[in-house]
Amino acid sequence: MALALLVWCLVWEIVGRSGWNDLIPPFTAVLSAMVELVPSSAFVEAASITLQAFLIGMALSLVVGIGAGILMGRIPAFGQLMGMWVNIFESAPLTAIVPALMALLGFGLPTMIVTVFLFSVWVIALDTQVGVERVNPSLVEMGQSFGASKRDLYAKILFFAALPELLAGIRLGVIRGMKGVVIGQLLIAVVGMGYLFELYSRSFLMPEFWALLCVVFAFAFLASEVVAHFERKVSFYASTR
Amino acid sequence: MATTVQNRAVRIGTHPFLLRVLSILFVLGLWEWAGRVPVSIAFPTCSETLVAFFEMLTDGTFAKAYAETIVPLLVGVFLTAVGGILTGIVLGLSPRAEWLGLPVVIVLQASPSAAIIPLITFQYGIGFAAKVFAVVLLSAPVIVLNSYRGIRNTPRSLLEMSDAFLAKRWQRIWKVVLPAGSGLIFAGLRLGLAQGFTGAILAELIITPTGVGDLITFYRSTADYAHMFAAILSIVVFAAVSIGLLQRLELRIFRPEMRPA
Amino acid sequence: MTSPHTRSPQPGQVPTEPGGGEPAVRVVDLCKEFPGGVLALEGLTFDLPRGELTSIIGPSGCGKTTTLKIIAGLAEATSGEVLVDGSPVHGPGPDRAFVFQDFALLPWANVLRNAAFGLELRGVPKKEREAIAREYIARVNLTGFEKSYPHQLSGGMRQRVGLARALAVDADILLMDEPFASVDEQIRRKFQEDLLYLLAEENKTVVFVTHSIEEAVYVSDQVVILTRGPAHVSKVVRPGIDRSGDSQDIRRNPEYLDWVERIWDELRDYLEK
Repeated sequence: MALALLVWCLVWEIVGRSGWNDLIPPFTAVLSAMVELVPSSAFVEAASITLQAFLIGMALSLVVGIGAGILMGRIPAFGQLMGMWVNIFESAPLTAIVPALMALLGFGLPTMIVTVFLFSVWVIALDTQVGVERVNPSLVEMGQSFGASKRDLYAKILFFAALPELLAGIRLGVIRGMKGVVIGQLLIAVVGMGYLFELYSRSFLMPEFWALLCVVFAFAFLASEVVAHFERKVSFYASTR
Repeated sequence: MATTVQNRAVRIGTHPFLLRVLSILFVLGLWEWAGRVPVSIAFPTCSETLVAFFEMLTDGTFAKAYAETIVPLLVGVFLTAVGGILTGIVLGLSPRAEWLGLPVVIVLQASPSAAIIPLITFQYGIGFAAKVFAVVLLSAPVIVLNSYRGIRNTPRSLLEMSDAFLAKRWQRIWKVVLPAGSGLIFAGLRLGLAQGFTGAILAELIITPTGVGDLITFYRSTADYAHMFAAILSIVVFAAVSIGLLQRLELRIFRPEMRPA
Repeated sequence: MTSPHTRSPQPGQVPTEPGGGEPAVRVVDLCKEFPGGVLALEGLTFDLPRGELTSIIGPSGCGKTTTLKIIAGLAEATSGEVLVDGSPVHGPGPDRAFVFQDFALLPWANVLRNAAFGLELRGVPKKEREAIAREYIARVNLTGFEKSYPHQLSGGMRQRVGLARALAVDADILLMDEPFASVDEQIRRKFQEDLLYLLAEENKTVVFVTHSIEEAVYVSDQVVILTRGPAHVSKVVRPGIDRSGDSQDIRRNPEYLDWVERIWDELRDYLEK
């Protein structure tokens, strides 16, 4: 995989040098811009706001999403009630809601946190629900037959039995959360990465623009790969539950 | 790795009607209460929003706006569907194409590609083409990835059976691999449509104020929050209905029981 | 001696020796090593007499299915060869038809199309192949279900479609991989009887992988017993039971029960190792 990406970087370099399109600078120019960009105060400031919004928003959506998902999975009536809403919002163009958030919460961190939360919570809740619903009833009955307390049932059996789906949902949630924070900043436009993207594109600073883009993409990809790593670690039992 | 979000397409159709209606009423009631409290000056009550909604519905505002939003959306999704499904199939069938192309698709699918939207104007201006490109940009990765997965996940048993009965390569692909993968491919289309909506709206909010996006921006700038919320509500409902319809179609055509025995 | 081509029960006369003529299939010194160094088959050698039903039986995981797939041309041997009518096997061929343990039916196609699938792949025109398929659907007693889909059928019915598909291509050799393993126990016995009845009208060499000793003794003219992996042939026996009576009687026949015990004893040695 890494090798293929290297090939694409090479292609990028060639296309960039050929001057075929002003929008696409040579890859090496992007790299050098990246080297200058990352330590710069503008970037550090933007990155820290972005990270704050992302981490707080994700933390919220993990707590709410997993909690709601477990409730939805264990209590069928609740699951059916909430299910409709979660499904609607999971596939809705949440981008349209961001302007409303901006009107309500302003142009700062709170809006970004809520955006991250709204983008990611639905898929986490949904996949948690599926994971909990799919737990083999025999496992639960087995625990009960050996006298497991409710806490034990959840912590020792349900949690691990639902973990593969939970992790899948979290991975998708992380990806959507990143999309949320970027879209939020693009729309707010005066803070964080959104501001920088706006600035670079307006001033036609293409190497800087692509450098920033690569950094953001790399972060999003790494974040989702971290979760994917844990997903792979539990996959050994995923098929025989 | 489980992509359970696609699998849950099965469960949509099983909610009893009454519960649905009750929960809608409950949420609307909650909204009304929150608007009256009021949570914020920028938060209109449910009734205000609904009034604005029906007003825009009847005086043609919505009709005009959606006409402008829908066309690039449909064009974009159609282009991506054709190109994306073909690409996904090629990636699935050719190990070399897979080696080269899949990493790009995986990275694109995980990344906030919306960040590229500011660049679109340089290439495509602020017109129709720009909006179509935004739709394509956001919906392509998920359509390609799902088509790829559909092709790669053909049950081994069926492949072996077709070998045993002496299928030629093209027969194997046309008669077994493609039909077996069509479920995932269709699911990818549904997900692509959802992403396409995001692309269309983003384009209208950032690049070129037209259609529904413009409605939202305009009413925000005039602090007419009831109308703004009504416009947002309309797009959410519209997206939910169209994706829901696709989901029903998907369920009808690709019944879960028709997975291999 | 009775003709080896007759499989229907002749009163009191059953073939205890293979008939004259070249065996349809010869397995010669077959070895199979899987990546990772696992030696599944070690020097497997046996013959499949023409027109007879041979079972391959052995402990779980000993390589029965692997052997069958090599004969079918669906898997490759590491060394040794399989000769069909004297020529070595290099892949699947029109002379061999396979019946799968998990049925392997196209879930989006109806019974008629599934049964005709082998012929469809050979380019037989639609009208012709559907007519042939209907004939075999009738032979497996599924008439009336041509328009049904696999998910609407029981396991037993699905396997009958698989059988019809394999018979429709009219191959000389029929390979069956634990065909009744996924079928209800009650239906299984009936299937064994039906299979014999069906094959009586055909003139095929049949290889049948099973882990049920009763089944092997009931249906086979010859039983190849494999050892646990790395597997080689432990013994080849010819049960030669009298099948002229009622099926219930056959299963209580002391000779039948004796054979089952004998084969069980053979296997037990290997199971306990």
